[in-house]
Amino acid sequence: MNKLWLIIQREYLTRVKKRSFILATILTPLAFGLFMVIVSVIFSYESDDLKRIAILDKENILNSISDENNLIFKFEDAPLSELKENFEEKNYDAIMVIPPMKNLQDTRLTVFYYSDDPPGLDMRLMIENKLQKSIRKYKISALNLDAKELESLDTKVSINPEPIDESKADVSAMAAGVGAAIGGVMGFIMYMAVFIYGNMVMRSVMEEKTSRIVEVMISSVKPFQLMMGKIIGVGGVGLTQLIIWAILIPIISMVVQGIFGFDVDSSAEMSAAASQIDPDDLQGWIEQIWVEILALNWWAIFPLFLFYFLGGYFLYASLFAAVGSAIGDDLGEGQSLTLPITIPVILALYIMMVVVRTPQSSLATWSSIFPFFSPIVMPSRLAFNPPMWEVIVSMLVLVVTSLFFVWLSARIYRIGILMYGKKASFKELGKWLFYKG
Amino acid sequence: MVENSYPQQFNDSTNQRFNIKYMNILSLKNVVKTYQDHIAVNDISFDMPEGCIFGLLGPNGAGKSSMIRIITTITQADSGTVYLNGEPLNSSHPAQIGYMPEERGLYKKMEVGDHLMYLAQLKGLPKADAKQAIDHWFEKFGIQDWWNKKVEELSKGMQQKIQFISTVIHKPKLLILDEPFSGLDPINANLIKDEIYEMKKQGISIIFSTHRMEQVEEICEHIVLINQGKNVLQGTVKDVKAQYKENKFEFKYEGELPADFNDHGNVVKETPGSVIIQLQENESSNDFLNYLLRNNVRIQSFNEILPTLNEIFIRKVGAITAPQS
Repeated sequence: MNKLWLIIQREYLTRVKKRSFILATILTPLAFGLFMVIVSVIFSYESDDLKRIAILDKENILNSISDENNLIFKFEDAPLSELKENFEEKNYDAIMVIPPMKNLQDTRLTVFYYSDDPPGLDMRLMIENKLQKSIRKYKISALNLDAKELESLDTKVSINPEPIDESKADVSAMAAGVGAAIGGVMGFIMYMAVFIYGNMVMRSVMEEKTSRIVEVMISSVKPFQLMMGKIIGVGGVGLTQLIIWAILIPIISMVVQGIFGFDVDSSAEMSAAASQIDPDDLQGWIEQIWVEILALNWWAIFPLFLFYFLGGYFLYASLFAAVGSAIGDDLGEGQSLTLPITIPVILALYIMMVVVRTPQSSLATWSSIFPFFSPIVMPSRLAFNPPMWEVIVSMLVLVVTSLFFVWLSARIYRIGILMYGKKASFKELGKWLFYKG
Repeated sequence: MVENSYPQQFNDSTNQRFNIKYMNILSLKNVVKTYQDHIAVNDISFDMPEGCIFGLLGPNGAGKSSMIRIITTITQADSGTVYLNGEPLNSSHPAQIGYMPEERGLYKKMEVGDHLMYLAQLKGLPKADAKQAIDHWFEKFGIQDWWNKKVEELSKGMQQKIQFISTVIHKPKLLILDEPFSGLDPINANLIKDEIYEMKKQGISIIFSTHRMEQVEEICEHIVLINQGKNVLQGTVKDVKAQYKENKFEFKYEGELPADFNDHGNVVKETPGSVIIQLQENESSNDFLNYLLRNNVRIQSFNEILPTLNEIFIRKVGAITAPQS
């Protein structure tokens, strides 16, 4: 036990003290902050792109059109040829020619946009959007329609799920969206964690084997102690890194918002503008999202997330350790051995992406019980309050499977680390399982 | 060939029953280790007296490493028993064994001091004792300023020193050195050699595994020769040599040799003033010397030529395993 603790300490401390670890742990949240700054700069750059557009509109169809902070419209009477000549003097970026409307029933209208500098996609969408709105207003008055009555034709429908059994949690539509987003993030973190820290274990085992230190180690400690010490130590490194990120990322994003006055809302407004969402609605939405996030049962979600992190990590890290012990010094040579481990992880990621959209499906149920998928799939469902029995069964299956594979990997590991210069196949690994000590 | 004299079964149990201090630090009894496709250790038995330097010899692939792995508890024998200090190997024994494998290895990124602390603590040394022991060895080797150096910053020879310290830091009762001089320059080799003698003086029993016979002859008192998983020869170096002597003598003389002197044996080599002769089996050195003196040969020197271990090794194992030096 004492030896195991010494090994854990070494595995943990040598990694945590490494400059590369410290840099990665601190730089990642900083990079995240920098990313936010860059995004905000990009957004503000777009809005600086001012366009002055001359409009030739003989029938006065667009009389209701209004300027936008980066779009200025100016009505002109002069003929097109003359405008084209004075184009630069008058400081226009484009000339738009609105053809007469022959028939008010027409639902298509082609507007000509004269410029040597064709509009960007965003600009084009915005102009089209503005034109459609003013043409709509023009048609309403030309056809003598009642704007209010017309407005009432469009009914916004939203489905609000309510439980039949009162004891079941009330999940609003918003909560489902929030759950999917949070579930997706958690599932993805699990996926990354299994890969990053599993690989760390594998490389470290290979290093011990190729540097031959393993022979000295095994004359002092049992192979199982060495393997477990490494797995637990690296797992501790993973937890440390995740916790530091969980603390630093919110702090840095708050600092960035404070300094650059950038907030999520304004960028959301930009995209909302394009997709015709009322900014007032949007503000309400954001508030509601926060309410939903805070309403989630974090006291259950967080420990369960931790549980699945550990369960999944032990399951996969022990397999990575076994494979590492079988690989020589050449990582490329081991590719065929790591593939069977990486395939279920990748499959789990894809299943997780589907499951966040259909959290009650049978795919969700079964894949969150199957132990090679559950560490990634189940965390993604936690925000949806999955049935208690599913969580319990899934946890039990994961614990039993993890223990089994730790045992199995240890049997391969104890032989593999002492086998030099031999390329191992799966058949070989299978044989090692039954070797005597 | 000398019969191996293992303590008999009943002696063994008597010793344990009456708790008599065992004279042998290490005893192997009918140890067998089979790997999937071959028998690495095939029914090997030998005793290693306490406090000696014991040569474990054998060509590459003879089963030396497999045997060492069993003694160091890295692997287990399929059958047979290994006794350390009279007790069958158990989990308390690794702390009493120091093992330096032929393939040396250290954690390259670790600092020398931390590394030694780690290995010493894994051998059961308390932190303070480990620190003290490291300081002692650093002082001894004049490397006090190495504590914070990374292993990878050291040269090969320097790393070997660290490896050696890590092997002996916990004051093992049994030290196992697998080819300890390979890759060492003569200065460092001598340094380690002196340490080996020093250890022996302190009563530490040392197994010295090698295929370099000249080193064995110089250092070891007892040897066991392993070939193809079997124990083919064992005893003290002196006994083994005596056992394999071929009645060969060299003498230097002045004057004329009698014409019929080669009736007494087979002349191996003759140079002016010196002859190497293998005497006939029934003729003793005294008889031959008498004969020479009677014939008025003036003898300047007369000595027996004992076979070198190298010769014995080659004779027992075959020319394939001639040592490369």
